Amino acid sequence: MALTTEDIKKIAHLARIEVSDSDATSTLTKLMGILGLIEQMQAVDTTGIEPMSHSQDVVQRLREDEVCKPNLREAFQKIAPTLGNGSHEAAVDQGLYLVPKVIE
Amino acid sequence: MINSSLQTLSQMLADKQISSVELTQTFLDRIDALNPEINAYVALDKERSIAQAKAADARIAAGQAAPLTGIPIAQKDIFCAKGWPTTCGSKMLAHFVAPYDAHVISQFDAAGAVNLGKTNMDEFAMGSSNETSYFGGVKNPWDFTRVPGGSSGGSAAAVAARLCAAATGTDTGGSIRQPASLCGFTGLKPTYGVVSRYGMIAFASSLDQAGPMAKSAEDCALMMNVMAGFDERDSTSLNRKKEDYTRDLNKPLQGLKIGLPKEYFAEGLDINVGKVVMDAVAEYKKLGAEIVEISLPNNGLSIPVYYVLAPAEASSNLSRYDGVRYGYRTPEYTDLMDMYCKTRAEGFGAEVKRRILVGTYVLSAGYYDAYYLKAQKIRRLIAQDFVEAFKQCDVIMGPAAPSTAFKSGEKVDDPVAMYLEDLYTIAVNLAGLPGMSVPAGFSNGLPVGLQIIGNYFDEARMLNVAHQYQQATDWHLKMPEGLA
Repeated sequence: MALTTEDIKKIAHLARIEVSDSDATSTLTKLMGILGLIEQMQAVDTTGIEPMSHSQDVVQRLREDEVCKPNLREAFQKIAPTLGNGSHEAAVDQGLYLVPKVIE
Repeated sequence: MINSSLQTLSQMLADKQISSVELTQTFLDRIDALNPEINAYVALDKERSIAQAKAADARIAAGQAAPLTGIPIAQKDIFCAKGWPTTCGSKMLAHFVAPYDAHVISQFDAAGAVNLGKTNMDEFAMGSSNETSYFGGVKNPWDFTRVPGGSSGGSAAAVAARLCAAATGTDTGGSIRQPASLCGFTGLKPTYGVVSRYGMIAFASSLDQAGPMAKSAEDCALMMNVMAGFDERDSTSLNRKKEDYTRDLNKPLQGLKIGLPKEYFAEGLDINVGKVVMDAVAEYKKLGAEIVEISLPNNGLSIPVYYVLAPAEASSNLSRYDGVRYGYRTPEYTDLMDMYCKTRAEGFGAEVKRRILVGTYVLSAGYYDAYYLKAQKIRRLIAQDFVEAFKQCDVIMGPAAPSTAFKSGEKVDDPVAMYLEDLYTIAVNLAGLPGMSVPAGFSNGLPVGLQIIGNYFDEARMLNVAHQYQQATDWHLKMPEGLA
């Protein structure tokens, strides 16, 4: 199917990736090439074929509901990104991650 | 010494002919001399490597050595290693220091191996030339104007240039076998689920599998003894009994049935590569093997199927890079949405973004059945081809890559041409089978790999098949002139 630069922008928004107008145009060309490759699948008759997600016939394991890992919050928060917009402080506060305000 | 097998190095360490500190320093000195040109390593921590070597020497002196104790190993930068930079070849993780160890890393630590450093790779393992790395390309040690293959290009160059005793890699669509072919060494992608993916940065979770990259099949077997095994922290890790992968190395090949898929020798294969592969097959005949022609009729569909499934899984896996908890955050933004979109636009490279977009598209409302589900159904057809094939043969052989190493920059602007590099490797990932590439000769001075595909859990057999060939030939002992 033929995509437009508008489609590219919509997909990019779903993927949370900013694209400029010029990027959208060059991305469109390359994506059309890839989608053209993918399109070969449509010629195959797959009636009655079970989809395959995993090569081995296995089920999800269960385990006892018990604490098995220590709390590493401090170690994990040490590698938080810096706040941005001029601040070089880590984007954490009292064990929480800081993001821009979403509720006014 | 740099050409010695792991077995020999282990014996030299045991006999105190050399210490692990000396061995590690030898490789670090080579890295100092050659890495600025080759760019195989993206992170080194010499003090830490030497400290590990000292600990290994103490362990050896105490008589508690395991087979890889004191051996310097290069780790692909996709494995989290506590306190080490772990970048996955991306700007997104350029300053990320892993807070914990991947299972593979802790297995090597427990074995007393030395972590020599982290190796360069295509960004998030997406590429077949190592050119998508944020840290720049890697030079093929056989010809500096050519690529080493990818995505495990840094590990590949490190093994080929003898900048480590052995290395780790990961293979989602060919990322161990294709670089092994292009750089002339032995690489094994195990059966899906044999090596834990815990702490290995996810690309396409149903396909990703780690494996060894080394100078010989025997070395790969010793590496597998460390890497493989059940790990409850990976939900797809298979709970199987621990194996000794060296157990069958010395078995004769009399009566071995080798299947040659006619699709692997059709259009798309470089004639000279095909000739080298057929010479290797002739050598196997001398060793007592029988040849049967087989067919993998759906092989041509493996690339389209892969480029639905892998990007779909990647778009989901890479949604975690949002600039909130770790990794890159854009320095300037207006609100949360703007922060997400700019962080991801700036933090990811072009190929990664393309794949995220393809994945997002094929998973978006209204397209799921036509793409993702369709691809999963054809995936079963592809896997079924192998089930039929293994009724007629013990192992399958063919090329690992359609050509020898290509020039840097040659395919970088043409994703579809780059994707065709994996024509002979991808189906193996889709089916979850083990595959390896073994040096089989040269075409115009560049290495050619023979691919050996085994049935599920047949790694020990494949290593035996490769080892017997390496006893009869010396292709695996060749190394680039000028780097000796």
